Amino acid sequence: MHLPTNLEQLEAESIFIMREVAAQFERPVLMYSVGKDSSVLLRLAQKAFYPGKIPFTALHVDTAYKFPEMYEFRDRMATELGLNLIVHRNEAALRDDANPYSLGTQRCCALLKTGALLEALAKHEFDAAIGGARREEERSRAKERVFSFRDKHGQWDPRSQRPELWNLYNGKLAKGESMRVFPLSNWTEQDIWNYILVEQIPIVPLYYAQKRKVVVRGNMLVPVMGSDRRTYEGQNVDEVLCRFRSLGCYHCTGAVRSDADTLEKIVAEMTQVKTSERATRIIDFDTDGSMELKKREGYF
Amino acid sequence: MSAAAPHPTSSNAHLSILRFSTAGSVDDGKSTLIGRLLHDSGNVYEDHLAALEANAKKAGSTRVSLALLTDGLKAEREQGITIDVAYRYFATPRRRFILADSPGHVQYTRNMATGASTVDLTIILVDARTGVIEQTKRHAFIAALLGVPRIVLAVNKMDLADYSQDRFDEIVADFTEFSAKLGVREIKFIPVSALEGDNVVERSGKMPWYGGETVLEHLESVYIAGDQNLVDFRFPVQYVLNPTQDFRGYAGTVSSGVIRAGEEVVVLPSMKRSTVKAIVVPGREMRGEKRQEASSRDAIVIQLSDQLDISRGDMIVRPKNVPRATTQFDAMMVWLGDTPMDTATRYIIRHSTREAKALISNIDYRIDIHTLGRIEAAPLVPNEIGRVSMSTTTPLFLDPYQKNRATGNFILIDPVTFLTVSAGMVIDRGRSDAPGVDQGEETDHNLHHEAALVTTAEREARIGRKAVTIWMTGLSGSGKSTLAKAVERTLFNDQLPVFFLDGDNLRTGLNKGLGFTREDRSENLRRAAEVAKLMNQAGVTVICAFISPYAEERKRCRQIVGEERFLEVHVSAPIEVCEKRDPHGLYAKARKGEIKNFTGVSDPYEVPEDPALRIDTSTASLERSVEEVVALALSRSAL
Repeated sequence: MHLPTNLEQLEAESIFIMREVAAQFERPVLMYSVGKDSSVLLRLAQKAFYPGKIPFTALHVDTAYKFPEMYEFRDRMATELGLNLIVHRNEAALRDDANPYSLGTQRCCALLKTGALLEALAKHEFDAAIGGARREEERSRAKERVFSFRDKHGQWDPRSQRPELWNLYNGKLAKGESMRVFPLSNWTEQDIWNYILVEQIPIVPLYYAQKRKVVVRGNMLVPVMGSDRRTYEGQNVDEVLCRFRSLGCYHCTGAVRSDADTLEKIVAEMTQVKTSERATRIIDFDTDGSMELKKREGYF
Repeated sequence: MSAAAPHPTSSNAHLSILRFSTAGSVDDGKSTLIGRLLHDSGNVYEDHLAALEANAKKAGSTRVSLALLTDGLKAEREQGITIDVAYRYFATPRRRFILADSPGHVQYTRNMATGASTVDLTIILVDARTGVIEQTKRHAFIAALLGVPRIVLAVNKMDLADYSQDRFDEIVADFTEFSAKLGVREIKFIPVSALEGDNVVERSGKMPWYGGETVLEHLESVYIAGDQNLVDFRFPVQYVLNPTQDFRGYAGTVSSGVIRAGEEVVVLPSMKRSTVKAIVVPGREMRGEKRQEASSRDAIVIQLSDQLDISRGDMIVRPKNVPRATTQFDAMMVWLGDTPMDTATRYIIRHSTREAKALISNIDYRIDIHTLGRIEAAPLVPNEIGRVSMSTTTPLFLDPYQKNRATGNFILIDPVTFLTVSAGMVIDRGRSDAPGVDQGEETDHNLHHEAALVTTAEREARIGRKAVTIWMTGLSGSGKSTLAKAVERTLFNDQLPVFFLDGDNLRTGLNKGLGFTREDRSENLRRAAEVAKLMNQAGVTVICAFISPYAEERKRCRQIVGEERFLEVHVSAPIEVCEKRDPHGLYAKARKGEIKNFTGVSDPYEVPEDPALRIDTSTASLERSVEEVVALALSRSAL
């Protein structure tokens, strides 16, 4: 299938950014979150260095609460693409049984995601971390740079961001500072799906509709994990034909009713969608502006 | 249309992307306009709208504040102003849009410049009540400085100005007078009320005197493909790929121009020559598409036939079209840093993929951002603009920004803090001090365009007619030249200043050196259109006869000459007739394959869809044809 004009433009832009990272940094890492955006990110990294190999280490910051399908998929991709994959967890927090039920989602995220990420970046001395975030995803991301500067503590300050003109990305760093880089900045959710379809990029099966055990809570379908009693105890469990629009931890990710069980159907469904994709992320409901708070602390 | 209407980011994957920015001061209603644009085009998610409705309720209001849709960070929301460039994404069935929402607040010149650096178009808002103010001029100036090809002046709050045509006309006249000095290619005026939704997406019933496009209609249809520089091939090497012993390639993105396998190239700064062995376009190749050609903005890998020592920061170009390799150059500069410019600091300069150390060796003048006049030279302070001379440790490969946006820009980085402190745009002055081709004459910066004391309107008044350009397009042998010459004679006899602009004649002079590749033919037409425009401005009606087979190219010519002066005449005759006439024996050669890319034989002719006139010379007599063209010219040139 031929790639449409706008995707060709976005693809070329992302490839340019990937190559800038490889050229400008000593120890870059590609953040692999196993989701659909990560899948696109991997494909673009392959293309940027084709016919060579992806020159980045891949890092999965694991909260230990991901869906089993995600772990399976991650390991399969790592093998197929010959990735140098590092998995990092905040073991200390997990030993103390960090979970959203007792800590609240914000605190849990701060420990298992933000904390673990900063730990991993420091441990391996990565100076640039490539992520799959898109500006369209969330309001506070609309102002995010492609090269997003983090101070020695991994923190983001909207006022210390460097102006980005044309395609001149300034990746200069002092010791201890780092850069987050977002090659998908200008992509929309729609673009991601169209690209996955045209390129036939493998994605986690959770994106496809099938009957799943869930707890129905208003519009939200909360997934039930057999291995984790907290997800269903004392609640009505239903079998619903549904799929996931975005993936995170099973505690905090809602499914949506859908019968889209092929890529074509997903793309068709996306054209009808009337809510933003983060509406299915339970984590964002904490407080108004919660994403911004997390970002200031160093969340991806 | 409401937010519940089908979300139109549907099967839009084939659409081109328009990047645009917006500027206006806090009170001009910029956020409301953007909110209205998103809302009325069905690009607001239900959960976002629900959040706004809740907000409105909390504030005790029934009306949702559309401005809040584009409101960014919490800190800013509390302050009630936006302080940084925010990017928005939306789509209609006709186009995909990336909006750089630049704040218009006084101290944030740098954000405007950032937003403007990548866009195809800028929307500047004015309040219909206050009209063109200092800040409007400043925004237009920065857009022009950053080379934005087109401006839309949205005259907002028409509801508070009684939807008055007089008021609108007044503002149009004010801005037109001011902007003549700026050199922006296209300016469009639209009367709107963002609050009421007039002429944003839906046409307004309250301004029947305005028959033009709404803001969205304009954004959807404005032609931008012609902005690409397809003439000057520039390939900054970004990254060297050497995965195996037998593969060595240079990865990068084509800044401008077109390149094909087999073509001869030269590498800067070594000036070593080689030929392109292969072009890998990984995007396509991994999909199984092979194409040994790449053009502006393509991310590719080039392999050369010779083993050369090439690294990041080198530039691959064509031997006969080389940028200026120099350590001394002049530039317009926007100071972005928080501390003033220091002429003793050796800054890091980034130009394309190349880095060097740079000194600001001279400051020519600063721009008074309020009057836009020049003021005495002094180190630039934050958000100031000025003209400087630069001196670098190693040569950079520069084109003037006006000629090539992609290779005429640079940034300065503070060597201690590593902050990006300045954005620069190269001005064409100074000599090449390395092997290469001197580009010659200085292209003056925007603002130095002299406004003449005699206007085109005055010239036309004296002649008694408006000059027009009659653009004859058609196959070789269709009778364009014959008709053109006869029309010229007739109009001349009628005392009209008229000139027949012939393609072949141009090629012996002005266009000497241009060949028949697609780019060269395109450049040939562009120059012809520019000449026609100049002659029109001088009051002379021009008759052009060019095959001009591509609709896009003709559209570009139309834009250069100006919509109201450009009369497209399709001289049509069936190809069999043209081939039979074959006055120069060209068809015969093309059929034998001696001439490649011959229109009608081995290259397509795109028939004009809606010409001002279509004449079939195989059926109409010459006299009758001349009459028709003359009648068209006279009717459209009446004052």
